[in-house]
Amino acid sequence: MSLLSEELRQKILAYVPRYPRKQAVTLPALHLVHDALRCVPRQAIEEIAELLDLHPAEVHDTMSFYGFFRDENNPLGQTRLWVCRSLACMLRGGEELLAYLSDKLGIAPGQTTADGKISLEFAECLGGCDGAPCVLVNDEHRMNVTLDRADQLLDELRR
Amino acid sequence: MAEYEPVLLRRVGKPNSQSIETYLADGGYGALTRAVTTLTPEQVVETIKASGLRGRGGAGFPTGLKWTFLPKNHPGPIYLCVNADESEPCTFNNRVLMEEDPHQVLEGTILAAYATRAWVAYIYLRYEYGRCFRTMQQAIQEAYAKGFLGRDILGRGFHLDVYLHRGAGAYICGEETGLIESLEGKRAWPRIKPPFPAVEGAFRKPTVVNNVETLACVTHIMDRGVEWFRSIGVPPDPRNPRDAGSYGPKLYNISGHVNRPGTVELPLGVTVRELVDKHGGGVWKGRKAKGCIPGGISMGLMTEAEFDTPLDFNGPSKVGCLGLGTGAVTVFDEQTSIADVLYNICRFFAHESCGQCTPCREGTGWMLKMADRIRRGQGRLEDLEILREIGNAIGIMPGTTICGLADGAGWPVKNAITKFRAEFEELIRRGVRREPLVGSGSH
Repeated sequence: MSLLSEELRQKILAYVPRYPRKQAVTLPALHLVHDALRCVPRQAIEEIAELLDLHPAEVHDTMSFYGFFRDENNPLGQTRLWVCRSLACMLRGGEELLAYLSDKLGIAPGQTTADGKISLEFAECLGGCDGAPCVLVNDEHRMNVTLDRADQLLDELRR
Repeated sequence: MAEYEPVLLRRVGKPNSQSIETYLADGGYGALTRAVTTLTPEQVVETIKASGLRGRGGAGFPTGLKWTFLPKNHPGPIYLCVNADESEPCTFNNRVLMEEDPHQVLEGTILAAYATRAWVAYIYLRYEYGRCFRTMQQAIQEAYAKGFLGRDILGRGFHLDVYLHRGAGAYICGEETGLIESLEGKRAWPRIKPPFPAVEGAFRKPTVVNNVETLACVTHIMDRGVEWFRSIGVPPDPRNPRDAGSYGPKLYNISGHVNRPGTVELPLGVTVRELVDKHGGGVWKGRKAKGCIPGGISMGLMTEAEFDTPLDFNGPSKVGCLGLGTGAVTVFDEQTSIADVLYNICRFFAHESCGQCTPCREGTGWMLKMADRIRRGQGRLEDLEILREIGNAIGIMPGTTICGLADGAGWPVKNAITKFRAEFEELIRRGVRREPLVGSGSH
């Protein structure tokens, strides 16, 4: 039985006409699967490879390079919360924010809360330096997340 | 000099600045319409060449010249890649452009595709810019609906499809051949050059890679003309026959320890001091600056005494920095430990080195370890020499790596050791043990 739903397979195949080679659909396919399943299991890698006429090792090679995609042993929670630790945020409390969130959630970066709601990550520069310290909630910036605003953010994400 | 009136940012912050109606009402797509109906692609290339526009992504290569490197009379396809992988730390002007005024970026993209005879343009967008993804997607749909994209654009037999391609959080994808490899669905390992992308790029076809801000400038050059563009900025240094000048406006980012972080558009050549004091509202908390990074962290460090340096394509190198970079200035105040700044920078490059070339992969790791022990008060004086040696040994300039990531990793280290040596020596002699700020696990 296939792990990827028919709908997901069609979404992946819809990218094929955009590129002269099917391999170029690797990243879009990984993103689609990752969003839907909160990880990219081994079986999904094989199915993506089959859809794109690739060897599973080629898909895995690309996937593992980015450090962005999770495998089935460590799936994402509902919300992925990235905390910037690069220079502009560090100068305005980014490191303290990461420590605070880590402490409040009781997890280290890379882990997910027991209720499956929040996955915490550290990030290199998110390009939100005008609102440092900044975080990314999935793929949306939140600016000026000072320590006194961190609790409010967590309440919102836990809802 | 009269106050400069922003052009690239003039719609930013206005109501509905993202919509095509707002853009059209403000004269948008006029430049494209005029170019496609009255100029040949070669004439567009000549116009951009004559304007003196240089790439805004960091390297400063003349844009028109880059376009002429494509093979003549090529049967196609030719690809245009828009480098929207803005990941240089402290840089965010492309984000502002795409989030707030996507159509001027798209119009520049279409103009560049017309000039280079590209059939397909891929906008390689860093994943973290979700809002940009949605505004650009909307803009692309609107442009198709109005006939500025697709088949037979403006009835002149010019076809173009534009696709957004999202990255997955890797800094190296901003390197143009790393970007191309990533677009092709592979790990983003930069390619050995030559061949350059203009000859053999995406999918082994001739390819041009241009930065977002560069393409926004293309729109305005085609709209306002070469004379307008050349009336802004700094002309070539007559004593330097190889200088191509620093013409046009630039989006400068200001961040760190200033009162008003943000993006400002100014003629190329503004000094760091003016940026910080006038546009950034001065150093925060009434303190003095200790220094800054002048154009993204890859460009090195400036001391406060060097803040009168103009930020044009020549200025930063006169005080030992690598170059203008992205024009992103991040200030750190007098209370900041230079060891913390160095550690943060080294950590970034150790994390983002793609691992292809041994000198970079290992060198960035060694530099991080030394920067870490120095900031913990466990450094040794000879570490400073070793750091400088590594900084000198890794990179495309010493000829030990394929791309410039390692040059950018080494430069701030060399600058830090040279320019802030006394502070490092004092820290090492005192040997104060400090706990690191955060238990964020590994480096």
